[in-house]
Amino acid sequence: MIELQVNGESREVPEGTTAAGLLEQLNLLPALVVVERNREILSREALASTRLEAGDQLELVHFVGGG
Amino acid sequence: MTWELAGRTWNSRLILGTGKYPSNESMVAALEASGTEMVTVAVRRVDLDRTNEAGILAHLDPARYFLLPNTAGCYTAEDAIRYARLARAAGMSDWVKLEVIGDERTLVPDVQATLEAARILVDEGFTVLAYTSDDLVMALRLEDAGCAAVMPYASPIGSGLGVVNPYFIREIKRRLAVPVLVDAGVGTASDACVAMEQGVDAVLMNTAVAQAEDPVAMAQAMKLGVEAGRLAFLAGRMPRREIAVPSSPGRGMLA
Repeated sequence: MIELQVNGESREVPEGTTAAGLLEQLNLLPALVVVERNREILSREALASTRLEAGDQLELVHFVGGG
Repeated sequence: MTWELAGRTWNSRLILGTGKYPSNESMVAALEASGTEMVTVAVRRVDLDRTNEAGILAHLDPARYFLLPNTAGCYTAEDAIRYARLARAAGMSDWVKLEVIGDERTLVPDVQATLEAARILVDEGFTVLAYTSDDLVMALRLEDAGCAAVMPYASPIGSGLGVVNPYFIREIKRRLAVPVLVDAGVGTASDACVAMEQGVDAVLMNTAVAQAEDPVAMAQAMKLGVEAGRLAFLAGRMPRREIAVPSSPGRGMLA
C-alpha cells in the first residue's frame, strides 16, 4: 500500500494503482472529473497509464453551481 | 435580435449563474424560465465523502446550456490561472470567466492581478471574459490584452444593490470594441433594465434569481427586464433636463 494525498486528505491505495484506478475506487466517472497530480493536470487519455506514487498530491475537481 | 460574443451568436442577453439555488429543481426551472443560453459554473474539489452527490452536470444539459466556468474564490493570478486550466481540461471549451478577487468584504476584483492573469490566459489560447471594476482604463487594458469580453460590476457580488455607477458603465461601453457585459450586483428586474439601458451587450447575474422568493418568477422578470432595457436603449431615450417642459400645449387655455 502507498500513501497519497487526495483532495487534502491522506489515503492509502494499493501500489501500482493508476489514476484511472483511483477514480474507479472512488466511484467517480472520468468524464465528469479533472485530475491534477502534483500540480500537473492529467489528460483523460493519460489516466489509465499514470501510475500513482507514494506522496503524490492529487486534486480531483468538477463543476459545481456558481456565479 | 442576436448578438456576437467570441465568435458565437446568442439570442439571449441574460446569462445566469448556477449557485445558491434552494434546490437543483428550482435552478433548472429558473434557467428554463429565463431563456438563458449560457450559465456559469465553479470549479471545486469533488466531495469524496458523498460521491453520490454529483456535480452540476448531473442536473444541467451542456448541449442545452453553454457552460462558462469561473475562477471564483481565487485571490491571486496564479490561482485563477490554475482553475482556468482545470476548467479547460474538462474538455468542454476554452472559455473562462476570469475573476481574481482583491477584497473579502466587497469581493471587488484585484484588477492588477486580473490583467496579469488575462494576459497569460489569452496567450494560452483561452477565451477570456474578464470580471472587472467600473474603471475605464482597466477595461481598455483588458481589451488590449485580448479579452473576448469585459465585464464591469454593477455593484458587489451578491449585494443586489443594482447599478451604482451607470455613467462609467455607459462610458466603458462607448469606448470598447469588444462586448461589455454587466456582471455582479444586479438585484431585481429594474436593475437589469437599467444595466441594459447603458448600452451594454448583456447582463450576468446569479443571486438576484437564485435568492428571490420565487426564482422562476424572478427569472421571467429578468428576461423581460433585459429585453425592455435593450429596447429602450435602441429607442434612443429623451434627454435629461434640469427644468420642466410641459407635455400639453401652452396655447388654448380658457380665459
